[in-house]
Amino acid sequence: MNLRRISALLLRYLLLYRQSWTRVMEIFFWPVMDLLVWGFLTNYLINVGAGHVPALVTFLIGSMIFWDLLYRAQQGVTISFLEDVWARNLLNIFVAPVTITEFLVATFALGIIKVLVNGLVLAALAWALYAFNVFQLGFTLIPFVLSLMLMGWAMGMATVALIMRWGHAAEALAWGIPFLVQPLSAVFYPVNVLPAWLQPVAWAMPCTYVFEGMREALRTGQAPWEMFWWSLGLNIVYLAAAAVFFRHLFGIVRARGLLGKLGAE
Amino acid sequence: MVIEVRDLVKVYDGTTAVDRLSFTAARGEILGLLGPNGAGKTTAIQTLLGIIEPTAGDIRIFGQDIRTHREFILQRANFSSAYVSLPQNLRVMDNLHVFARIYGVDNWREKATGLLRLFEIDRLAARKTGQLSSGESTRLHLCKALLNDPELLLLDEPTASLDPDIADKVRKLLRRIQRERGITILYTSHNMREIEEICDRVIFLHHGRKIAEGPPREVIARFNQQSLEQVFIRIARDGELQEADTKPAS
Repeated sequence: MNLRRISALLLRYLLLYRQSWTRVMEIFFWPVMDLLVWGFLTNYLINVGAGHVPALVTFLIGSMIFWDLLYRAQQGVTISFLEDVWARNLLNIFVAPVTITEFLVATFALGIIKVLVNGLVLAALAWALYAFNVFQLGFTLIPFVLSLMLMGWAMGMATVALIMRWGHAAEALAWGIPFLVQPLSAVFYPVNVLPAWLQPVAWAMPCTYVFEGMREALRTGQAPWEMFWWSLGLNIVYLAAAAVFFRHLFGIVRARGLLGKLGAE
Repeated sequence: MVIEVRDLVKVYDGTTAVDRLSFTAARGEILGLLGPNGAGKTTAIQTLLGIIEPTAGDIRIFGQDIRTHREFILQRANFSSAYVSLPQNLRVMDNLHVFARIYGVDNWREKATGLLRLFEIDRLAARKTGQLSSGESTRLHLCKALLNDPELLLLDEPTASLDPDIADKVRKLLRRIQRERGITILYTSHNMREIEEICDRVIFLHHGRKIAEGPPREVIARFNQQSLEQVFIRIARDGELQEADTKPAS
């Protein structure tokens, strides 16, 4: 793995944001709109509940922020790949001495930057508008956010593999796949709300442990490390599975000459 | 030899795109890969670049197997095509910066400026790539392709979008660069006059098979035609024709 080439690819993505305010706004627009909706809903629930709704309901804001971090990590991988597809630049990248691992690592790095920037902006807004302090979780926050990023990368890798294999027809998956996971991973409600037969599916998602863990931490003030270890363990399995899946589909893509078609259409 | 291809076969879903293709290209040679649409040119080039896995056969570039020495080979080669672009939202210089960094080019700014000047587009350095005309964009792509001082250049219809004046300038420039630096060039084009002018040797493909090979003048004479364009037309219409069967194209 060559760090110079990874930094070159990262530079390419960052320059793109420097040149395009619409792209920069796209990163912040939807999360800020989501934050406003969930923030005002939380305020409404607290007011209308008049003391019957626990203050813990503010976790909705934390859930929204955490969900967005997962989503940004996944988008860091998929949208970066799609940018090269849309620009018809994919062949230029893959006929250069760039390895597929370097390409993916560059998109992971972009995901980290997006997660950090977005996380800080949303945390600041949540504090300013709704007095919700996401940092009340203390240092527990760091490993849990890391765990969300790992799941975002695994989903991103699998999505890119599907787009490579099925081309433009599969582009919508870049936005769709995270929302396939959302209802099952207890983002805004606990797992026990789900039907019994769906609960094992929810517990098979690494991010479920993060969201449940966050709620537990807010409720008890204790860091639920067991939840974190489960999440990390599952993430390792998911990342390995995504890598195998990617490798398998990339082999098919090379055998069928699909990269050239995707890169020149 | 810079390129050695032996018995290359590529089959997609039962259709043979490249059929037992063998050829070589020497250092400093410009080799034209010709044929009608669907003849297998693009598949052959993309297989050489390692982005298509061959069904069978051997490809050695700089004496190394592309399957096992991809990075080594691609570091010393480059590619330009009329059908790919550089990111439109980036400035011309930013695009060259990114690729210079990918290839590890020292003094990239000096190098990029020199190439932009060579292709007479240095005034566009600060402009967004999307604002360039197709001719300017093609020349920028050639600048990218020369950034790493490649020993092997694969050019897929590089002058397809250029007006005759600029196309002529680009051909002369490519010829000059090739002579000065001894670059091997694999060149595809549907402009047969261009091929006659620029290529030392040509290979005609039809349905993935090599049906003629040699210097343009020899191929024209061997097929008893007046020009390479007439050879092309005969091959496109009567692909299976044998050299002995040929008659002047009407």
